[in-house]
Amino acid sequence: MITLTGVSKHYGDTVAVDDVDLTVEAGQTTVLIGPSGSGKSTLLRLMNGLITPTAGAVTFDGTPVEQASTHALRHRMGYVIQEGGLFPHLTGRSNAALLARHLGWPDDRVDARIAELTDLVQLPPNRLEQYPSELSGGQRQRVSLMRALMLDPDVLLLDEPLGALDPMIRADLQDDLRSIFRDLGKTVVLVTHDIGEAGYFGDAVALLRRGRIVQRGSMHALVHAPSSPFVEDFIQAQRAPLEHLEE
Amino acid sequence: MTLAFSLPFSRLLSGIALVLGLSLAARPAAQAQPADSSLTVGSKKFTENVILGWMAVDVMQARGFEVAHRSQLGGSRFLWDALVRGDIDVYPEYTGTLIQEILAESGGTRSTLADTLARYGVAMTEPLGFNNTYAIGVRADLADSLDLRTIGDLRRHPELQLGFSNEFMDRSDGWPGLQDAYNLPQDARGVDHDLGYRGLVNGSLDAIDLYSTDAEIEQYDIRVLEDNRDYFGTYEAILLYRTDLPAAAEAGLQQLEGRFSEQTMQGLNARAKIDQVDEPVVAANYLNEALNLEATAETPSRMERVGVRTEEHLVLVGLSLGLAILLGIPLGILAAKSRIVGPGVLLVVGIIYTIPSLALLAVMVPPLGVGQLPAVLALFLYSLLPIVWNTYTGLNDLSRPLVESAEALGLSAASKLVRVEIPLAARSILAGVKIAAVINIGTATLGALIGAGGYGQPILTGIRRANLGLILEGTVPAAVLTILVLALLEILERTLLPRSMRT
Repeated sequence: MITLTGVSKHYGDTVAVDDVDLTVEAGQTTVLIGPSGSGKSTLLRLMNGLITPTAGAVTFDGTPVEQASTHALRHRMGYVIQEGGLFPHLTGRSNAALLARHLGWPDDRVDARIAELTDLVQLPPNRLEQYPSELSGGQRQRVSLMRALMLDPDVLLLDEPLGALDPMIRADLQDDLRSIFRDLGKTVVLVTHDIGEAGYFGDAVALLRRGRIVQRGSMHALVHAPSSPFVEDFIQAQRAPLEHLEE
Repeated sequence: MTLAFSLPFSRLLSGIALVLGLSLAARPAAQAQPADSSLTVGSKKFTENVILGWMAVDVMQARGFEVAHRSQLGGSRFLWDALVRGDIDVYPEYTGTLIQEILAESGGTRSTLADTLARYGVAMTEPLGFNNTYAIGVRADLADSLDLRTIGDLRRHPELQLGFSNEFMDRSDGWPGLQDAYNLPQDARGVDHDLGYRGLVNGSLDAIDLYSTDAEIEQYDIRVLEDNRDYFGTYEAILLYRTDLPAAAEAGLQQLEGRFSEQTMQGLNARAKIDQVDEPVVAANYLNEALNLEATAETPSRMERVGVRTEEHLVLVGLSLGLAILLGIPLGILAAKSRIVGPGVLLVVGIIYTIPSLALLAVMVPPLGVGQLPAVLALFLYSLLPIVWNTYTGLNDLSRPLVESAEALGLSAASKLVRVEIPLAARSILAGVKIAAVINIGTATLGALIGAGGYGQPILTGIRRANLGLILEGTVPAAVLTILVLALLEILERTLLPRSMRT
């Protein structure tokens, strides 16, 4: 679905992404994991053309991203970020409907789609008329997901969508998200630094460090056959908090 | 619900339309822009000239003309230009001013004056009867203690503080020539003519320039120093008028020829300045007695005056601010969006703002004449800066994740601007509009200097006549208007912004 070939992204002397080859398979959830600054968000933004690569090529469904009409391309890729992605001057409903309005959908079609999505993401319908500042963190991310799904895109790009939520709500939303992904059969690219989340969602996982992919494969392979001491350390570091309970 | 997201923008537009509509509706019919069929008298900004201006109005009205008076417009050069341009038809002038100052390049003399004027399409009446020359005055007690009798005596006291009216400071027949003629060692300060008297009385000034018919000479016990070197020429009062003035109106003006002795004029000046009788009344009373006219000075009540000034002020503020909003917001957007044009736009509106408001008003007059149009244009230019800069800053300071979210959605640039960026920057834009409104309402009081009327008119008159009541008649309504406009904008902000965007 999305293919990156020899992609690099430099900001001045800083190398954010360094010669990455990656294929995102259709219908699968691909998780990009790694420490802060490892380039995973940059990779995601390269996929929908928010930034252009310094070297290499990104293709979406066979079309080079930089040559395609970015608007049309982005309509096929929903995008959800950690926080602040909802427009504060619009209600939940207006946030979700924004793109459809821009495309001139008739009212009844917009309303029907909103009703469908409200049901799908399990948002209490009365919350739709609230502004983002009046919603809880979890509700905000459910609205964000509605907005991303409005045009029924082929791909969802999620940049730490649950990163700012407290653990209980997070677990709740994780369950809901996974069943949505499975039911809809979407191609999903998820960025996270949480190893548990990566394991929970990921059909395929790519671990990044300093702009490069260090290891790629199943979560199982990462845990049981780490390709380098860094992979082992990264996984160990996140397991550590629960280790003393394992005796 | 269907238009929820675009509502703030359309509401903003309708708000602007409302402001423009209100100000157009409030446009007075004949107050500041006399129709072509009527005549306009101008007068300089000192009492004697204003009284003579009203008299010119009265005698022409008595012959059936519709006459408007743009009183206290400015200095001699300003009035002369307005007359030649046709903004006004008549104004009171002095022969010395014409020969020494306005027509100095032509090298004319008193005997050739009428011919020289004719080249500009201007004619003059015979002298009105009095000579209002410049003079130098000191307080009587100071004159006695320092034994000052002639202007030359000032040479002995270099420590004396001289303050001269701004026009006198610059005129070729004013201070520069006087200093040469008497070899005076002092430096002089420029002050407003009417404030000069106050400076003299309170001791901050020791010598000032005066007009020999000024009422204050007696009132404040001022000693006029003898011009023993005959520096100051003769300044016979006359009325200047355009040669295309209807003959009947001309005949009316000629009725005033030879009517006024210096004493008569000083008496009339005293009626206005010391007894605080309004100039139209002073003029009408005198003419009714001297010429058997039946002139009635309109003496509108204070409320009526404030009403008229409010209409004029609203036109100035409404039009200029409305235009500034309509143009300033797009310019601010351009500044924020264009890396090439943007810095230029910000710089240009910044530079405009550094021009003193008085100068900006003055440069509008040669191309546009006197009246409301040049004032509206100057105020418009002046109001641009806060609106443009606040729009620019508002758009530039939007949170990165929000802008990126809008981009990632795949909105077009226009849609992103209208549906996301402008609504998010609305608070900042509205703050700019509020700043512009406050600046605009205050600065608009200066419009009176170029014949635009408004609250500045009573302020000018009040300063000239040292009348606090008149000054307050302009400043208090201006303050009230500021409060009302800010309240209106506050209400606009509350209706315009969704509850999530309010503080």
